[in-house]
Amino acid sequence: MAKTHVTMKVNGAEVEGLVEPRTLLVHFIRENLQMTGTHIGCDTTHCGACTVDLNGMSVKSCTMFAVQAAGADITTIEGMANPDGTLSALQEGFRMMHGLQCGFCTPGMILRAHRLLKENANPTEEEIRFGIAGNLCRCTGYQNIVKAIQYAAAKINGVEFQEAAE
Amino acid sequence: MNDMTPTREEREARLEGMGCKRKRVEDVRFTQGKGNYVDDVKLPGMLHGDFVRSPHAHARVKSINTEKALKVPGVLAVLTAETLKTVNLAWMPTLAGDVQMVLADGKVLFQNQEVAFVVATDRYAADDGINAVEVEYEALPPLIDPFKAMDADAPVLREDIKDKKDGAHGPRKHHNHIFEWTVGDKDLTDAAFNKADVKIKELISYQRVHPSPLETCQCVCSFDKITGELTIYGTFQAPHVIRTVVALIAKLPEQKIHVISPDIGGGFGNKVGAYPGYICAAVATIVTGKPVKWVEDRMENLTTTSFARDYHMTAEIAATKDGKVTGLRVHVLADHGAFDACADPSKWPAGFFNIVTGSYDFPVSHLAVDGVYTNKAPGGVAYRCSFRVTEAAYCIERAMDILAQKLGMDPAELRLKNFIRPEQFPYHSALGWEYDSGDYHTAMKKAMETTRYSELRQEQAAKRAAFKRGETREIMGIGVSFFTEIVGAGPSKNCDILGIAMFDSCEIRMHPTGAGVARMGSKSQGQGHETTWAQIIATEIGIPADNIKVEEGNTDTAPYGLGTYGSRSTPVAGAAIAMAARKIRAKAQMIAAYKLEVHEDDLEWDIDGFRVKGLPEKFLGMKDICWIAYNTPPPGMEPGLEAVSYYDPPNMTYPFGAYICVMDIDVDTGVYKVRRFYALDDCGTRINPMIIEGQVHGGLTEAFAIAMGQEIHYDKEGNVLGGSFMDFFLPTAYETPHWETDFTVTPSPHHPIGAKGVGESPNVGGVPAFSNAVNDAFSFLGATHIQMPHDHWRNWKAARDLGVIKGAGAAA
Ligand code: FES
Ligand code: FES
Repeated sequence: MAKTHVTMKVNGAEVEGLVEPRTLLVHFIRENLQMTGTHIGCDTTHCGACTVDLNGMSVKSCTMFAVQAAGADITTIEGMANPDGTLSALQEGFRMMHGLQCGFCTPGMILRAHRLLKENANPTEEEIRFGIAGNLCRCTGYQNIVKAIQYAAAKINGVEFQEAAE
Repeated sequence: MNDMTPTREEREARLEGMGCKRKRVEDVRFTQGKGNYVDDVKLPGMLHGDFVRSPHAHARVKSINTEKALKVPGVLAVLTAETLKTVNLAWMPTLAGDVQMVLADGKVLFQNQEVAFVVATDRYAADDGINAVEVEYEALPPLIDPFKAMDADAPVLREDIKDKKDGAHGPRKHHNHIFEWTVGDKDLTDAAFNKADVKIKELISYQRVHPSPLETCQCVCSFDKITGELTIYGTFQAPHVIRTVVALIAKLPEQKIHVISPDIGGGFGNKVGAYPGYICAAVATIVTGKPVKWVEDRMENLTTTSFARDYHMTAEIAATKDGKVTGLRVHVLADHGAFDACADPSKWPAGFFNIVTGSYDFPVSHLAVDGVYTNKAPGGVAYRCSFRVTEAAYCIERAMDILAQKLGMDPAELRLKNFIRPEQFPYHSALGWEYDSGDYHTAMKKAMETTRYSELRQEQAAKRAAFKRGETREIMGIGVSFFTEIVGAGPSKNCDILGIAMFDSCEIRMHPTGAGVARMGSKSQGQGHETTWAQIIATEIGIPADNIKVEEGNTDTAPYGLGTYGSRSTPVAGAAIAMAARKIRAKAQMIAAYKLEVHEDDLEWDIDGFRVKGLPEKFLGMKDICWIAYNTPPPGMEPGLEAVSYYDPPNMTYPFGAYICVMDIDVDTGVYKVRRFYALDDCGTRINPMIIEGQVHGGLTEAFAIAMGQEIHYDKEGNVLGGSFMDFFLPTAYETPHWETDFTVTPSPHHPIGAKGVGESPNVGGVPAFSNAVNDAFSFLGATHIQMPHDHWRNWKAARDLGVIKGAGAAA
């Protein structure tokens, strides 16, 4: 099948590649760019494991063709650490609050939470639960993911994190 | 003592040993997208394989034409049963003693069955190839209802064994019968029923569900033609078992097979078995000489690689009129699908279902299980449970509630009255198990006090009265569940897989600088073994957990183990770790005695080293001992400090717990709201409370999914209707309830550190708690037992069937 040349910005760097028109963005990221942190849990837009940040929106990258992302500005989990290489507030929150187990949903969750906190810097538990409802986790039961996002929100806002009482 | 000397507390804290909420080692890579899962493995020249699948549930395959497919750009090979026959792999043995088609051999027996395997340069080309393979079918009548499987005129599903009178587990009664398994004393049980004051009998079904970890099943196989070595990266919960199975069925020398389970994205029982994709990828790499990757998509995962449950249980309890149980009789009709591919220990065709007497002191019991074939996907895996324990717990916990209802007793009261008493442990159950330890009354009472159970019942009574007066359309249910699990398979006297005893193993190597590596026969799929195993070692040998690297999943380096499932890793592998660590400590003690110039018996262990009794200043720490072991070991002693332990447990472990669920249901819409869920778990010694809590949250969420919505449903033609996350219920954060966790600690007396295992308890105990809450809500309206899953529609239907919906809705 004829291939198309695409360029886009991923984690701040210009990248390019030759793709078939039908190549999914997630496959372009994982296979052409060899950034395997973005995962595939369903390829039917249900699970959110493939979530990336694209032009300031959370996008399920299994639901978009690479050619549609031409010219886009994308952030994947590989671009989420602090510039000095330390864990960002969200990454740290997931670790501190035990917001992950197998880790398969985690990159998508973190990317979604990243956008959620940009949209709403101080979300309530209900807003968090609603805001990440496009991302499925089979391991954690979500409770600690909610705490992880609250932890990160507190850290970003410079306030002390008060763990919700049981 | 100068100020710099660390206190005992500081020394303890530095170890991050057992009991510490140690943060997970794994998370540093997982939160940065640096996990290494199977689909991340990319080998030079790697090809992709994908399946042509059957649209029919039951059909004869008249022809397969691969000509056009082979002309598709990028397609290199198409495997069919005929190809596989040349290497004797058209069929493969299952863990349950049956055989299973790898690719359709003359017939298909379930929808989406594997028919041909297309190998191409990438996944898109493989898909093009699939669409070009032409298969001609002749449809046959499907058998979907397991209750019709043994009818005289039921279609013959398995022509390969239709005349076989004996299966892997004894005589077969019918061409669609797989086995009958009976346990207990039938005559004594019949006698108990004959003189019972009160009896209940109910058909309790546990629907077909699927473990659906977020990562599907996948592998990369790579064969080196020069050396004859086969390397397999796969999502395997039991990598060593896979290696042995491959050696046996592919007739390759076992030392030339390298199985690697890298990071695994959840397992829940889905990744124990061997699937056609693995065999086809292995054959394809041998045929093409190039590495071949096979990755399931979600639809394939939900509809082909293993289901769970599908047990139809008829439970009967005999009791006195004041509520003392006197007998339990259970018959199970087990739907195994087209091939018996249950992942149970080999001698246990219905797993440990004979734990069905639960937490209660039944003097007599009898159990019979009949397994049958139907035109559905094979499987029957332990979905976050220990081999049919979840089915058993659901059966007895539902039945106890039904008995309570009949007696007009409170369900918690009935349980308290019939619990095995603390002084009865070790307790011999009527169906043959020896429960190691328990204190059920304490756990149940703590749960009742914490949730203010009696106030909940008062509130419920008031709400019921209000409902009857027509003041509310909401009903309230309180679900009580008290489960006893049986995990840690298992003692070699009764547990094996294909003849291999179900031990587990650990090898610890200490390095000169006081750091070390532990290699394991277990394999984490998210349980956090790299974190917790190091904690056990830290406590046992006084080396900080941070200095111990835990490695799993590489069969070349790890000692042989039976893998991780059925909550067996803490009970079995966890014990192996403690035993290996104790061997290290024993050698360290000899070294310390020599260096401190005393007899070994004059030393005592003190957190992170040995101290001479009565001379507290004479101390030698483990870190120094590691160096001495490689530098100046005592004369005559071999240098080095390492140990390996293979642990064959003397018994299973029996975790237990008390769960209480409070739910409100709107009868006009069926919409439920879980108001409260309280889970008290007793898993013996607690290694890492943070991880235990996480396991409980996750297991409860799976229980919630199962009880309130999950079902792999088939229509009467055998079309599977639950094949995507659109149709198969995986709760999101928004609908998942808030979990309250609690615990008691009753150590296992036979386990070296007293731990029992926890990963699966919440699934086992959670499902009956939810289902009992729904049933309890409807009970005052006349319901006895409403089948799962309790989704909104079924709740509404239950209300309608009970005649409480008036007006237009009632006629729908
Ligand atoms: S892989 Fe994209 S939503 Fe599941
Ligand atoms: S941590 Fe396993 S799916 Fe979320």
